[in-house]
Amino acid sequence: MITVLAFYLFATLTVLAGAVTILARNPVHSVLWLIVAFFNAAGLMVLVGAEFIAMLLVIVYVGAVAVLFLFVVMMLDIDFAQLRAGFVRNFPLGLLLAVVLLAEMGIGIGAWSVGGIKLGTPDGSAPTGAAASNIEAVGMLLYSKYLFLFEAAGVLLLVAMVGAIVLTHRQRSGVRGQNIGRQIARRPDEATVNVKPEVGQGVTL
Amino acid sequence: MTAFFNQWMSYDAAWLTATIVGILLIALPLMLSVAMVIYADRKIWAAMALRRGPNVVGPWGLLQSFADGLKVFLQETIVPSAANKGLFLIAPIITFTVALMAWAVIPFNSGAVLADINVGLLYVLAISSLGVYGVIIAGWASNSKYPFFSAMRASAQMISYEVSIGFILICVVMWAGTFNLNGIVKAQENHVWLFNGFVFNPLLFPMWVMFLISGMAETARAPFDLTEAESELVAGYQTEYSSMSFALYWLGEYANVLLMCALNATLFWGGWLPLIDIPFLGLFPGIVIPGWLWLFAKILFFFFVFSWVKATVPRYRYDQLMRLGWKVFLPVSLLFVVLVSAWLMYTRYGI
Repeated sequence: MITVLAFYLFATLTVLAGAVTILARNPVHSVLWLIVAFFNAAGLMVLVGAEFIAMLLVIVYVGAVAVLFLFVVMMLDIDFAQLRAGFVRNFPLGLLLAVVLLAEMGIGIGAWSVGGIKLGTPDGSAPTGAAASNIEAVGMLLYSKYLFLFEAAGVLLLVAMVGAIVLTHRQRSGVRGQNIGRQIARRPDEATVNVKPEVGQGVTL
Repeated sequence: MTAFFNQWMSYDAAWLTATIVGILLIALPLMLSVAMVIYADRKIWAAMALRRGPNVVGPWGLLQSFADGLKVFLQETIVPSAANKGLFLIAPIITFTVALMAWAVIPFNSGAVLADINVGLLYVLAISSLGVYGVIIAGWASNSKYPFFSAMRASAQMISYEVSIGFILICVVMWAGTFNLNGIVKAQENHVWLFNGFVFNPLLFPMWVMFLISGMAETARAPFDLTEAESELVAGYQTEYSSMSFALYWLGEYANVLLMCALNATLFWGGWLPLIDIPFLGLFPGIVIPGWLWLFAKILFFFFVFSWVKATVPRYRYDQLMRLGWKVFLPVSLLFVVLVSAWLMYTRYGI
């Protein structure tokens, strides 16, 4: 009973938040509604028993990706007139995308009564024992059957990270960098001088 | 508790009642203790500055927080006319709610936990990553420069320190072999000889030090309270807030600090286990210190440490804060993930 109520709550909110994400006029509001949608999707994941995926969804998407979205969008100087200017030009492309999505949804609904998806092994049995918890099951698969794919994904991310650093790093000339070690090693007796200048003499530093 | 209520009603209703009762059992004492730790914080701070601190309202000033609460409650809520009204009002509620949510997985005794879930620690990470929204939304919705600067700082700071906190937690999880907080506490039993706690382990002790410091940065406590640095940013993201919405930030901040103390206690200092198992303590069967008392004692001790640091350490410069997070804590915690996993591989599975 409670799970049913929770499902309808999460599902309705996900759909509504998704719709408002598109319909909201203010981009910041859009991002915030998107976050609501992510969060409720995580709730749906918990309901189907995929608690690990749910937590990852919240940590990665809500906690990191959406914050960066919000950062960018908040700092934009939003001109609403300019935003609407491209409507007619982009209309055919948008229509095409909408038709493709509609077709996909049609196929999805058509597959409603086909039955469960056979995941994992060819005979349809679960790849790991049902007794294993979510994280154990995922870990078991990632580090055995999909080890090379997993490591390839890791290398891919590393390359992307290095690439991002290389692309944005620039060496500016004429800038004196900080030497943190020297700053920390500095002590008061070598950094300050106590002098008693004669009146009118001034101090040389 | 569900079984108890199940005597009179259906299972679903019993579960719902038990959960609501559990939430109230955690949230109400938490709110009360937040009021009292605010008083304690001010007293400790005052004592270290050779002042008296609050001493007028009630005996020894004990009711000071309640007087403050009543004061802000009776004040007018001011919403700046240029502010985004809905978001402006919802931001403190987010901060406050998120500060309470993470308490659901903290074990107060063996099995005495509201939600005994497999992914307890990930839940804590997920919820603490939500905390940044209250600050960002407040900064943006205020439509004012200083709150916005503060929100930028806060989000950058929280995201930076979450990265190293993640690696620190991975070390703990690898050693405990579970994400369940109750399981992590149990894994610390007699971890080093008679001592209960990962902190007595030389490989995990540096992780605890980093976790303590990162916790201070994550909750934006002094010396990392750059988000409300009054010399630069007026009052930070709270500048435009008044009355109850301001009080919600206040309560949320201290609830977060208590949560960080509870995590310190749970993850590194044995949670509800006693610090040391003394064999001859069994000679006095009448004297059994309950687990929750150990946890509370540890939480209060770490709160004292937080206050102590606040009273004695000057505020960091912002670039130093970022350097500490990205250039010191991140590489060191990454190194320790490698070290800990190598050690566990060697001792548990062989090379």
